[in-house]
Amino acid sequence: MLRYALQRLLYVMPVAFGVSIVCFLLVHLAPGDPLTAIMPIDATADQQAEMRAAYGFDRPLPVQYGIWLWKVFHGDLGNSIASGRPVVSEVARAVGNSLILATLATLIGFGFGTFFGFVAGYFRGSVLDRLASLVSILGVSVPHYWLGMVMVIVFSAILGWLPSTGAGPGGSTDWRPDFDHLRYIILPALTMSAIPMGIISRTVRALVADILSQDFVQALRAKGMGEWDVFKHVVRNAAPTALAVMGLQLGYLLGGSILIETVFAWPGTGFLLNTAIFQRDLPLLQGTILVLAFFFVGLNLIVDVLQSALDPRIQRG
Amino acid sequence: MSSPSSSIVEARNLTVDFAAGRGSLRAVCGVDLSLKPGETVALLGESGSGKSVTLRALMRLHPNSAKIGGAITVDGQDVLALSPAQLRAYRGRIVSMIFQDPGLAFDPVYRIGDQIAETVMRHEGCSHAQARKRGLELFERVRIPSPERRLDNYPHEMSGGMRQRAMIALALACRPKVLLADEPTTALDATVQIQVLLLLRELQREFGLAIVFVTHDIGVAVEIADRIAVMYAGRIVESGSCASVIRNPSHPYTRGLLASRAHATLAKGERLYAIPGSPPDLAAPPPGCAFGPRCDRFIDGCAADVPENIAIEAGHEARCFRLSALEHGSNAA
Repeated sequence: MLRYALQRLLYVMPVAFGVSIVCFLLVHLAPGDPLTAIMPIDATADQQAEMRAAYGFDRPLPVQYGIWLWKVFHGDLGNSIASGRPVVSEVARAVGNSLILATLATLIGFGFGTFFGFVAGYFRGSVLDRLASLVSILGVSVPHYWLGMVMVIVFSAILGWLPSTGAGPGGSTDWRPDFDHLRYIILPALTMSAIPMGIISRTVRALVADILSQDFVQALRAKGMGEWDVFKHVVRNAAPTALAVMGLQLGYLLGGSILIETVFAWPGTGFLLNTAIFQRDLPLLQGTILVLAFFFVGLNLIVDVLQSALDPRIQRG
Repeated sequence: MSSPSSSIVEARNLTVDFAAGRGSLRAVCGVDLSLKPGETVALLGESGSGKSVTLRALMRLHPNSAKIGGAITVDGQDVLALSPAQLRAYRGRIVSMIFQDPGLAFDPVYRIGDQIAETVMRHEGCSHAQARKRGLELFERVRIPSPERRLDNYPHEMSGGMRQRAMIALALACRPKVLLADEPTTALDATVQIQVLLLLRELQREFGLAIVFVTHDIGVAVEIADRIAVMYAGRIVESGSCASVIRNPSHPYTRGLLASRAHATLAKGERLYAIPGSPPDLAAPPPGCAFGPRCDRFIDGCAADVPENIAIEAGHEARCFRLSALEHGSNAA
């Protein structure tokens, strides 16, 4: 088990290396000079050259990459051009907020998704199946920013039950597990949970239907096992795939929640990316993407190891 | 035929209907089957003849949408009247089953030992340690090498032959009286087949099991069975003692089956006999004798009615109108 985990960790190295190159090149692929955005229009050519030298943009690309990577290794992602603050601290806070939101949304989505999926898979073709399928298809296909706006209209504007934007009272950007902060996370988390709920529900439905049609289920009944025992076997067989999908969903939500975080002004990575893009804050953009990419790689690693622990057929050698 | 009181399995006029589209499909139409304790009956027939459906009906393994008619009595219990709880107690304890492909009949993500233990615990309410001890005894009994270690294997870590031995161990875990075997050797290599058959025969004597053995392989049927029942299109068309049926096949279908076997006297290049045509569509069976359209002795009267059983010898009967006209005695000893 441990050996497999270490082996997988080794495989992650070249992936991480590739990710860092892509992240670095991203800045230089974007049209325009990263400095023009923050320099006054009437800056002289000398001033521009001086600025370029100060940020190291006058060096050859491989050298720039080497210097950048060296700094990344030492936990230095540079300073935000817009705010002047270190990118690391900005990203760290945003990642924390996004992680909380994405985890909660995934848990809600996973809970409802597996429930609907099992119901639909067990009662294929029935009214229950169609209802569960309808809910999950809606979850996947309804635009989430629209769903977010509707939630705000209903629960904040009309009913006034919950706050519509921000992460806490008084514009707080540090999430704390108390009741006041909890009220702020409910709407974005529910909105965001629609995505994993739909996908996990569809996956689990297909899984359960497939497992129930396999010979071993009949063999279980043939040896006198009750439906509850059969259900436990089905869960155990469905778990590896369902968990893998959940892990990947968590990864997507961590970085792919730009729209929802923007609608709810949730101070997470999506919101940060949005800000960085519009302000052409390239160090911030670069740093955020790199951190998110590493998150994704790490999450995949965890899912792989978990899967092999749950499903003995996945090779550990 | 034995009287119902001495038999452990007694099926009378068994029918199984499946819902198919708007109508229904009769996969088994009036099967009578009777087994004494310790007796082996082979249900012989090609795919779609209803042999596996008959087997599963004895355990009510079909989905609820399937309708089972007639009467099934096993070990004094009216199987069709059992409540769900009684049915669970009946399955695995009175009657157990081994499947065609043991690779698919075990749950792939549970250890084999745990799958045996869960059955024992389910029926006998004992501890996991006791159930595991039973599993170990059974693994030794079915001659699985290094049984202690093998109990901790997952199904994919075993060979096909070993998995089928494990399947037999599982089926016998709660000392059932009847074993239903659904082509248990079909998925195995020829050399492993014979080992499994020998093992089954040995265990049958030891446990006094009655076995219903479904197969399409006459060689396997002869090897294991006391009696053979040949099925065609949902009916038993011929049944009798193994020796009697092989020595004196009376139904044209049985004769065709025997003739279409590859045997040692077949010269290289010689054509293998095949029964012409293909099995009937059960949703629209031919009128009268279902074998009629493929039969080389077909006369007009065959399509009029379903033939009744005609006695050939004591305990050997066949459903064919032309039997009285056939000189079936000519090749008898």
